[in-house]
Amino acid sequence: MKKAGFIMIIGSLLLLGLFKFPLWNIMLGAPQYPEPLGLDIYITGIQGASEFDLQNIDGLNHYIGMKTIPKPEDMWEFSVFPKVIAGMVILGVLIGILGMTGKVSYKWFLGWFILMSILGILGMYDFHLWLVDYGSNLDPNAILKMVDDQGNPMKYDPPLIGHKVLLNFDAFSYPHTGAYMMFIGMILTVIAFFIGKKETKKI
Amino acid sequence: MKTTFKLIMLLLSATFLLSSCGNNNGKSSGSDGALRSSNAEKVYVAPGEHDEFYAFMSGGYSGNLTVYGLPSGRMFKEIPVFSQFPTSGYGYSEETVPMLNTSFGFVPWDDSHHPDISQTNGELDGRWIFINGNNTPRIARISLKTFETEEIIEVPNSAGNHSSSFVTENTEYVVAGTRFSIPVPQKDMPISEYKGNFKGALSFIKVDQETGRMAIKFQVLMPGFNYDLSHPGRNKSHGWFFFTTYNTEEANSLLEVNASQNDKDFIAAINWKKIEEYVNNGGGKIMPTNYAHNVYDEHSHSATSTMIKEVLTVDPTEIPGAVYLLPTPKSPHGCDVDPSGEYIIGNGKLSADLTIHSFTKMLDAIENKKFDGDAYGIPILNFEDILAGTVKSGGLGPLHTEFDDKGNAYTTFFISSEVVKWKVGTWEVIDRKPTYYSVGHLMIPGGNSRKPFGKYVVAMNKITKDRYLPTGPELEHSAQLYDITGDKMELIYDFPTHGEPHYAAAIPADLIKDNSQKIYRLDENKHPYAVTNQSDAKVTRNGNEVHISMSMIRSHFTPDNIEGIKVGDKVYFHITNLEQDFDVPHGFAMIGANTSEILVMPGQTKTILWEPKQVGVWPFYCTDFCSALHQEMQGYIRVSPKESNIDLSWSLDGE
Repeated sequence: MKKAGFIMIIGSLLLLGLFKFPLWNIMLGAPQYPEPLGLDIYITGIQGASEFDLQNIDGLNHYIGMKTIPKPEDMWEFSVFPKVIAGMVILGVLIGILGMTGKVSYKWFLGWFILMSILGILGMYDFHLWLVDYGSNLDPNAILKMVDDQGNPMKYDPPLIGHKVLLNFDAFSYPHTGAYMMFIGMILTVIAFFIGKKETKKI
Repeated sequence: MKTTFKLIMLLLSATFLLSSCGNNNGKSSGSDGALRSSNAEKVYVAPGEHDEFYAFMSGGYSGNLTVYGLPSGRMFKEIPVFSQFPTSGYGYSEETVPMLNTSFGFVPWDDSHHPDISQTNGELDGRWIFINGNNTPRIARISLKTFETEEIIEVPNSAGNHSSSFVTENTEYVVAGTRFSIPVPQKDMPISEYKGNFKGALSFIKVDQETGRMAIKFQVLMPGFNYDLSHPGRNKSHGWFFFTTYNTEEANSLLEVNASQNDKDFIAAINWKKIEEYVNNGGGKIMPTNYAHNVYDEHSHSATSTMIKEVLTVDPTEIPGAVYLLPTPKSPHGCDVDPSGEYIIGNGKLSADLTIHSFTKMLDAIENKKFDGDAYGIPILNFEDILAGTVKSGGLGPLHTEFDDKGNAYTTFFISSEVVKWKVGTWEVIDRKPTYYSVGHLMIPGGNSRKPFGKYVVAMNKITKDRYLPTGPELEHSAQLYDITGDKMELIYDFPTHGEPHYAAAIPADLIKDNSQKIYRLDENKHPYAVTNQSDAKVTRNGNEVHISMSMIRSHFTPDNIEGIKVGDKVYFHITNLEQDFDVPHGFAMIGANTSEILVMPGQTKTILWEPKQVGVWPFYCTDFCSALHQEMQGYIRVSPKESNIDLSWSLDGE
């Protein structure tokens, strides 16, 4: 099961990309922002796509009463997520090594994948809750108090994934390099599972 | 162009036109319909698209520099240089008043003529653009990163700073020559003793290659002629500089007649490398003088003016081989050097022909000492020995020549109102096209360099008349754009230009557009009264001086309510724009201020003075429609009687 274990190790190591590259990216374009403003969401915090984007997004958001974009210390996620990812990398590499030496079965690879998927979905759900809160928990003294067709206060939560129109802004929200590396890594662990299964059967 | 000159030219043109034929100088008959539609495509820059070239046109009597796009002819910006500019507060704000300081005190206006873009190896490099102030002699340097004037140096011993501001091929020097000769140093003497006593100073201003900072390295004190225009040698003639002269008669009155008597005046050829070596070895004489050197710092957002008390002068007769005079017919105006550096063109403005001198022949004549006398000890070369050829143009009043990248030259003819295209080397005329009307300079992008971009020529005209919808007696000037990619020039566009553009310089947009700065960084703001965080805003009093350190961000001032100001105070508003977003300026205007508004760019601090004269509560507001809540961007100042004892107080956010 050498090959499968090796792929498992590579797959888990790809998660390390999340420490270097953004997990998610939200771009906000408008007629007067032909070069859109953008947020790069890392597991360790939120940064502007360009140097002054955070300040400029906060500046615009104060009109509609949104809170300022959280600093790393403002959200527990930014200290917990890195630990969870680091833990999963260590676990995955360990399972890979043990798999290579035949100490554990290929089924552990799938087990890691399922655990990672559950954590991932929980993470996405948490991210979604934050977006909703960020976009709808508005300052009652906001300068612009917009309502929708039904007369309910407008919500400005950017989409979790895809495109949404927020007043004059077009918001585009998509996974970024870190997430793609994670997805590839996770697929590799599934491949490792099937290869491991095949290698085991041959013996 | 001087009015007298314009007048005589008009009179001349009237006479000549009656007797001459062949110059189809009437109303534009235009081209046929099919051609016109393809010409429209050539100049059409679709909405949102960018022009291919930046063109920097001198403002003439506006004292400024305007930025246009080519081929569209759209104006992008007016850069204040030598004139107060209430739009931005330039020359009104405390920070920029020193920019207009001179040995004559504050001079709020000038006449800007000849912009020239910095070069490296004879090619445009897009670092800076220089321009001369003609009236109170000054040279300015403008950054092509911020598109703001960064430095102005006054030129002493000069008057009518006209044969300026042209750069050598590595921007070693920016050169400024005097049009009017004067007593050097200035003294009280009879004007009639001009001849033999006045001097013409040609100034070589060293440019620091890192910072662009200018310093006068030396002045060549030439005989008292009028030094009209100049251009640097390039390529093989790099190291030389050429100046046209007129009034070699040294007349001091009624020059239009008295300075037009000599059949030939001169082009002065200056071997500046030789003079540089001479002064580096301790040559020259330090002369006491007084001139201003004004420098603007983009981090403190402030200018300082320093008076300099001496200048190094050089007597050209003391440096063998430094200066020669090339006889050139008929009061030459433009002095132009082709991209190879071999040909020096003298545009004899009272002539029909152009005189072309050969640099190689000039060197040869110098080597063989083929002199035809001297003027005040400066050797005069023999006209026939140095002549490369003559362009028999058939036009009248040649003024200026530029070059393309295919071996052609283009010369303007003021009297016959046309541009004539001719072949360098064979001197044959290839084409001629009318201009509307009475063209002065013309400009090809990179036309004053080793590497011209021969796609367009822009003709800058002195007379507009009926070209556009009439706007009363005073009109903007008119420019024509010609496509010069084919054998024949094609007039493709006509657009008004602001002020009185004399010369212009253009550069491919790709060479500079990505360097154009978007904001000033707040974390680099070193202004002593800058507020980088609105909670730091404050008001301080020092006797009757009140300093208000105020911030602006969409869409409020901090503070916006101030009390404790008294009649007779001098109130300085130091205003910082806290934005760090591209194209979000805020303006500031105070009712009754005897200054101007200030327009403050993101990250910048500017200061304006207000001297309240009346008791009351007076508003101020943002003058730039900055945001949806721009109209809410306002504040009040309470002004109390002089003797009142109300303490200073001011609002911070939410208080």
